[in-house]
Amino acid sequence: MPEHKIIDARGSFCPGPLMELIGWIKLANVGDELEVLSTDKGSASDIPEWVKKVGHEFLGSREEAGVWHIAVRKTK
Amino acid sequence: MPSNRVGVLVVTGFHERLQMAGMVASVAAVSGSDVTVFLSMNALQYFVRDGDRAPPAEGSFGATMASTNVPPFRQLFEQAVSLGGAKVHPCSMAMDVLRLEPGDLVDWLAEPLGLTRFLADALEGTLVTF
Repeated sequence: MPEHKIIDARGSFCPGPLMELIGWIKLANVGDELEVLSTDKGSASDIPEWVKKVGHEFLGSREEAGVWHIAVRKTK
Repeated sequence: MPSNRVGVLVVTGFHERLQMAGMVASVAAVSGSDVTVFLSMNALQYFVRDGDRAPPAEGSFGATMASTNVPPFRQLFEQAVSLGGAKVHPCSMAMDVLRLEPGDLVDWLAEPLGLTRFLADALEGTLVTF
């Protein structure tokens, strides 16, 4: 069964949240969902860009009280 | 088809430039580029094993950055290697000048490299200098 992993990268600046996501993606199984919590606005646009480039699935992002929630599914 | 190769030549001893170099190396490497980094001149001293000396800021941005939670530049270079398969080479000339042996440097560096060899590979792609 796919897992949903929360990656708390709040307080870290670019490219910290992206690097944390990549580290966890390497450990995840295909189909798992990973949700990055980030207070870095740049990462909210950079992470979807990276996901698109390398071919995982971007599930969406939303901002709540200054925290971006960026969701990704590992596809390969 | 354009080459996917990125060479990162790092000679600075300033924090801002080391930070940007680490950002470029790590993000390019995890985005599918074949990244080779060459550490020389004032940059190499910050990759000595157990070295904890912080590089000086070049300007006001660096001073401000030092008090924020940016990823440490050495960590970014290490992630370029561990997450993106980059090669980070110390310059053999700089090692001779500083009288360093490979064992004196952080253990995730690749073997020492001469400038001729680095340029032969790097000039087939994009070369960025810090």
